Amino acid sequence: MEMLSGGDILIRSLQAEDVDFIFGYPGGAVLHIYDALFRQNKIQHVLVRHEQAATHMADGYARSTGKPGVVFVTSGPGATNAITGIATAYMDSIPMVVVSGQVQRHLIGSDSFQETDMVGISRPIVKHSFLCKKAEDIADAISKAFYIATTGRPGPVVVDIPKDITSPTDLVEYEYPEEVAIRSYHPALKGHTGQIKKAISLLLAAERPMIYSGGGVIQGNGAAMLTQLVRLIGAPVTNTLMGLGGYPATDPQFVGMLGMHGTYEANMAMHHCDFILAVGARFDDRVTNTISKFCPYAKIAHIDIDPATISKNIAVDVPIVGPVDNVLTEMIALIEFELESGAHETKNSLAEWWAQIEGWRGQDSLKINHVAGEEIKPQQAIEAVYKVTAGKSYVTSDVGQHQMFAALYYPFAEPRKWINSGGLGTMGFGLPAAMGVQMAFPDEVVTCITGDGSIQMNIQELSTCAQYELPIKIINLNNRSLGMVKQWQDMQYEGRHSHSYMESLPDFVKLVEAYGHVGFVVDELDALVPVLEEAYSIRDRLVFVDIRVDHNEHVYPMQIAPNGSMRDMWLRKGVRT
Amino acid sequence: MKRIISVLMENEAGALSRVIGLFAQRNYNIETLTVAPTEDITLSRLTLTTFANDKQIEQITKQLNKLIEVVKLVDLTDGEHIERELMLVKLKATGSQRAEIKRTSDIFRGQIVDVTHNAYTIQLTGNAEKLDAFLRAISESTVLEVVRSGISGLSRGEKILAL
Ligand SMILES: Cc1ncc(C[n+]2csc(CCOP(=O)(O)OP(=O)(O)O)c2C)c(N)n1
Ligand SMILES: [Mg+2]
Repeated sequence: MEMLSGGDILIRSLQAEDVDFIFGYPGGAVLHIYDALFRQNKIQHVLVRHEQAATHMADGYARSTGKPGVVFVTSGPGATNAITGIATAYMDSIPMVVVSGQVQRHLIGSDSFQETDMVGISRPIVKHSFLCKKAEDIADAISKAFYIATTGRPGPVVVDIPKDITSPTDLVEYEYPEEVAIRSYHPALKGHTGQIKKAISLLLAAERPMIYSGGGVIQGNGAAMLTQLVRLIGAPVTNTLMGLGGYPATDPQFVGMLGMHGTYEANMAMHHCDFILAVGARFDDRVTNTISKFCPYAKIAHIDIDPATISKNIAVDVPIVGPVDNVLTEMIALIEFELESGAHETKNSLAEWWAQIEGWRGQDSLKINHVAGEEIKPQQAIEAVYKVTAGKSYVTSDVGQHQMFAALYYPFAEPRKWINSGGLGTMGFGLPAAMGVQMAFPDEVVTCITGDGSIQMNIQELSTCAQYELPIKIINLNNRSLGMVKQWQDMQYEGRHSHSYMESLPDFVKLVEAYGHVGFVVDELDALVPVLEEAYSIRDRLVFVDIRVDHNEHVYPMQIAPNGSMRDMWLRKGVRT
Repeated sequence: MKRIISVLMENEAGALSRVIGLFAQRNYNIETLTVAPTEDITLSRLTLTTFANDKQIEQITKQLNKLIEVVKLVDLTDGEHIERELMLVKLKATGSQRAEIKRTSDIFRGQIVDVTHNAYTIQLTGNAEKLDAFLRAISESTVLEVVRSGISGLSRGEKILAL
């Protein structure tokens, strides 16, 4: 058997997992590991400027490719800087393996230099974690980490490695495990056929069915099956913020996003429906509004890989535990059989339901109220980006109003193209996530839609973009404020704008130029499309487009909380359902 | 209501902290907790009691099952079960109290396991209610120290929790 150092074992193990990128930042505890990295050329290491960004890059890479993202950080501050990104990945069930350096074994527990209990600090925000106790443990921990991160409900896994077990002078036997078996971990591989049949009979009998799908359809590679099922049934479909792209958003059967900032028709249809098929969604509080008032007429079937997600917030009638792709495939086959046997005429029987939905759709809840000569509306900026990119760009976003505008005004035709921090809502996610996507897809158009607040939370990565020549397009919806905070203050605190105002914004164009990138300002509507066209025509440079938008604009519709139901919404300033 | 959850888990460093961390993180309560290795040294058996309604207990057991190191678990209160707790009580015992305490201890099938001029230490086993009743039966002022093991339990009959 081959004899290797712990550092080399780690790198060889990652090669065995077909890792192509590591996003990371060196330091004392990982010096042996970085030396092992230096002595190989299969894996590309991407040197970030802040460890939080490394985790978001790995996250963006994972969301866009479906492969796990890999991160290296040193002990202590390196590890703690990674925490926000690990929590972001955890909340959205993103596969990620984070290797953190740890102080030497004999120093653990002695408050030694750059020591932090990484396994302890990260415990509530990881799917699992390992502390390697000897060099012989590393290969096994890495193979288990990848297995756990990518199977079942995916999530981040931390592997904490003390410095002394990576030492180049201590060689141990290395053989990468061919198979992983964990006796206490058996994610479901298919759904229960009896339960699937129950769900089907409710679905086919429903007069007002709704299909509600979430991020599980994206991460679980179920978009094609979902689309097939929705078309087969003829029912309306809505996606969560995390589920956008799970069904082509320009298709007439799509009623838009649901929830706090969902469309009028999506939220109304949910409220009035008599059956919900929930697929890879988790009845998040940003979707349900007041739990006790949620969808009063609906029976619910719920497909999810994670049994703990089922009936957590809302009790469901038919739980189906299984991978969405597999369950949906089985469901489609069974429904086709039912329909062929002539027992149901689903499509016709939904005519009344569709008429009702078209009525709601007629409200045009996403109409943009722009007065000629006034400032650009943020919604118009997103529409222009959609037009200029022909709807084909990867779009990452930060958190705030711009995120909701992107979700509502850039209809995604495909899964994995919309990348945002829906669960944790992490400002500073957008730029590094876009970098991870651009690394994975160097020839694709990658757009980061951001705000003047969020972009400054990881702006140092403009330097990384320069180093790796990442031609990302950054669209800054500059409203000179923490718009989403300001919106809540307008609506709930009589307009007292406590610290939601961004004073002394930088000159973004000069700033990006200082890093060697290209910057444009747009402050009038007529210039919007031409400048964007120019920006996107520059294929080999990062371009930052600073769009000055109306700083008084709010995101609508907006569900009324607390105590509101799905159908209680503000539709415009001062106008409610 | 009170639930007794019995968990078989990997006997590994960190496994216990994950279980306890889960309860803290998700705002579940822990009333008692006992844990020790089993006859198979790769496994430990953890018994915990918590107060929860049906919906909460469903979530608790599902979340526990999600922990990678949890191999199997059972809610003992779902069926007939045996529960036992061990209690050691150090009592002030002087003069005429000594006979009185001995009598009460006998009624509860306690054993006096240590004796000094001024104190008895009594060992009692039983379910939690019995131990509570004993403490009520002896006058409070004489109790010097109480230590309880927390509840352990098994299902009745042939049902077992094993790999
Ligand atoms: C790290 C972090 N801190 C605070 C918040 C709370 N927060 C949510 S939206 C928002 C304002 C974002 O401002 P900006 O990026 O300019 O976006 P806008 O809403 O103006 O479009 C804030 C502060 C958050 N989501 N993340
Ligand atoms: Mg802003």
